[in-house]
Amino acid sequence: MTDTTLTPPSDTSNAPTPHKIKSILEPDALTRKRNAAEARFKIYGIVAIAIGLFFLVALLWAILANGLGAFQQTFLKVDIPLNQEQIEAAEKSVVKTSKYRAIIDGAFAKELTDANITTDMSARDLQKLFSSGAAATVREYALANPDRIGSTVTFELVASSRVDGYLKGRVKREDLVEDKNLDAAHLDLSDQLEDAGILEKRFNWAFITGTDASDSRPEQAGIGASMIGSFFMMLVVLFLSLPIGVAASIYLEEFAPQNRVTDLIEVNISNLAAVPSIVFGILGLAVFIQFMHLPQSAPLVGGLVLTLMTLPTIIISTRASLKAVPPSIRDAALGIGASKMQSIFHHVLPLAMPGILTGTIIGLAQALGETAPLLLIGMVGFIASNYPDGVAAGFFSPNSAMPAQIYEWAKRADPAFYERAWGGIIVLLIFLMTMNIIAIILRRRFERRW
Amino acid sequence: MSLPYILLALLILAVAGFFVGRGKALSSANGDPRILHSLPGYYGWNVVVLTLVPSLLVLIVWLIVQPAVINNHVSSMISEETAAASSLDLVMSDVARVADGLDLAVSQGAMDAEMANSIRTELTDVRGRLGQVGVALGSNVTAETLRAAQSYRGWNATGLLFRTIGVLAVAVLGFVLGVIRTNPDFRARNSVETVVRYILIAAASIAILTTVGIVLSLIFNTVEFFRLYPATDFFFGLTWSPSFGGGSELGIVPLIWATMYISLIALAVAVPIGLFAAVYLSEYATPHVRAIAKPLLEILAGIPTIVYGLFALLTVGPLLMNVFGGGGVLGVGWMQGASSVFTAGVVMGIMLIPFVSSLSDDIINAVPQAMRDGSLGLGATHSETVKQVILPAALPGIVGAILLAASRAIGETMIVVLGAGAAARLSVNPLEAMTTVTAKIVSQLTGDADFASPEALVAFALGMTLFVVTLMLNIVALYIVRKYREQYD
Repeated sequence: MTDTTLTPPSDTSNAPTPHKIKSILEPDALTRKRNAAEARFKIYGIVAIAIGLFFLVALLWAILANGLGAFQQTFLKVDIPLNQEQIEAAEKSVVKTSKYRAIIDGAFAKELTDANITTDMSARDLQKLFSSGAAATVREYALANPDRIGSTVTFELVASSRVDGYLKGRVKREDLVEDKNLDAAHLDLSDQLEDAGILEKRFNWAFITGTDASDSRPEQAGIGASMIGSFFMMLVVLFLSLPIGVAASIYLEEFAPQNRVTDLIEVNISNLAAVPSIVFGILGLAVFIQFMHLPQSAPLVGGLVLTLMTLPTIIISTRASLKAVPPSIRDAALGIGASKMQSIFHHVLPLAMPGILTGTIIGLAQALGETAPLLLIGMVGFIASNYPDGVAAGFFSPNSAMPAQIYEWAKRADPAFYERAWGGIIVLLIFLMTMNIIAIILRRRFERRW
Repeated sequence: MSLPYILLALLILAVAGFFVGRGKALSSANGDPRILHSLPGYYGWNVVVLTLVPSLLVLIVWLIVQPAVINNHVSSMISEETAAASSLDLVMSDVARVADGLDLAVSQGAMDAEMANSIRTELTDVRGRLGQVGVALGSNVTAETLRAAQSYRGWNATGLLFRTIGVLAVAVLGFVLGVIRTNPDFRARNSVETVVRYILIAAASIAILTTVGIVLSLIFNTVEFFRLYPATDFFFGLTWSPSFGGGSELGIVPLIWATMYISLIALAVAVPIGLFAAVYLSEYATPHVRAIAKPLLEILAGIPTIVYGLFALLTVGPLLMNVFGGGGVLGVGWMQGASSVFTAGVVMGIMLIPFVSSLSDDIINAVPQAMRDGSLGLGATHSETVKQVILPAALPGIVGAILLAASRAIGETMIVVLGAGAAARLSVNPLEAMTTVTAKIVSQLTGDADFASPEALVAFALGMTLFVVTLMLNIVALYIVRKYREQYD
């Protein structure tokens, strides 16, 4: 760089004035310029990091602000007298739920008069306050508890998604102008019901434990079934990718001769780590479903595809932790007569285990959040409305997975389902966070520095 | 015996083998393990290996071959007319469903075994009978299908019997062989370790198998596609309008254009921010700031892409709509809908920030300290050192990092599926919705399309293109990064 003291003074504009010697403590123009450039450069860096962090905060804020609502649900408390004759009549009719709906209507009308709320709405219009699944809830209860028939039971029935949205501030009065399902009178009534304590908003366990519901009942959709699907998928990934990954890394790190085959394997692994995940989905579709005829949408197939995707990650981290075990351990074992295989399986592997487990958990966390390959093997477009019955069914029968379920909800283009999708993301992120924290703790507690 | 029972039997045999082998070794040495060549456990393991490995191999081969053989045999029973009326695959799946239904009926006691083999469509309503046990059949069962199904059942039962006998025989043979070979001079450890070594090699070759699987599944279906649709129209066609009724135009150019456009926007967001963040973190930040800021930025990399997709669809898209859309803040009406190239690009850029920053951070840290010291010693300011010494020295590595980021951007699916729109378009307006290669792979393969139609097969050709492009980017990038690392090692 140019030395500052060599630059001619910049203020030599007037020739007659003699050369003025400036103090070196006083920066000249170029130095000032260079210092300003330095400060600017530093600010660019700070701004870049600030922008990055701002995006992080914006993302988290969007998730929390939109998703927390999914954990709350509006319920209508209705005392319903379960009448033997009414239920028998309803069970005999063709459309059973419509009769149950009539039972609810009657009970709800009584509830309204008890609370001194007058309304000129017809029973049909009042019904719109309830979820369309409310009648099924009552029916299931009545069939499951025959001993309670004849008594009056207090039901907490799920309110319709729009009433729910009104209480959460998602649905505004002005939005209802073009809405066929609800009008402003419903909202006035909701306000009154809320004051009377009939309508209330509380924590919604059904979102966490429930199953998916059809397009018309966002208020009843839950992420439970897809959580089970994800769980079975992760079991497959864990039990395949950990042993295979560890075996492959041991071979590559400890046994593989330096030759072209080894090079080929290594290049393959580093490339597979960067292949787009959708390509693994194509592989799964072509090989596991078209060629091997494994069942579509099954967690087993999802697990197999995610295993292939996670393997490179696990191999790379396992190799790093095997490499971190000092050669003196191997030498000592070999020195007292162990075979190479024994030195590795008895000494190197146990010492590398914390690192391997950390890498595996991080790999699993990645697999848990992966969506694209699952789309191709048919884990969307399918309503996971049942829990799998049994372990074998858990692996083989169609199910959804958490990210696939979130995508499915996002596609349904209904604000009530969007809320569920954000809520699903919160659940997913909690799982990912827990896994990463476990990995960090493992690393902190057990990893040895040599 | 069904599969779980066979596996259970093998497991029991193997456990027994371990103790028998170990016991025989010890007793042949009169209880003194010092006389044995290997530790006693190895003799046990030797028997286990000889019991399990060959029998499992036989089982796997059997599982693959038997269905093929039976299918082949049974499909020869289907007459040409039936096969021509629908397709052989459909008929065969009907046959399999009827056969499963008969199995179920027998196991539930709705039919006895003999009846399942002898019922005739002429005499019994098979569909109704199967419906009673909960097997729903789409159409009525024809006599031909029923007979094929009965023969299918017969063959399957025979196959199952022979499979059980074959696998167990091989296992017992291995068991006996292992026990016979057990004597104090037998090098049990060496033979067990050889087998373990082959298992390790097999595990390592799965990486190759995966690549081969990807390439084969792409190539076969792509070739099939090009047989139905001319390759030149695919690569040079300017319109993308698939219609499942036929007469689709499947030109890849608009998709490639949108993919490049979105990736470019993403890189325009991610590269400056990521690079400046990396420079600041590695050159200016105090260890304290670095310890906080770096992990926080890396959280962005750990968030699943579906989250970014939703963020694009529901947060960024509407926000941009409020600014650029009709009736927005600017009142310009440039944007028609929330999903656009710009929406997807910006969100993808956010996702790539930590990717660029941590890769560049590594590379900048790899520049030797002596170069910094030399530059600073000559009187350069810190930023001049960064701009004129460190960045030029790290340039190849940074280019590699950017290429890796570009390959990520091109292959990213969820953000574009949710954020970029569904209509293929050749346009320069970044606020318009366009669709990319990955988004179309998803949409062409998730419909109810027939897998044999060009509209579904085109997804494999798209996948092939995507795979080749990202593979080349990755190879070049990895080569540059590796080369660069060696330079300063």
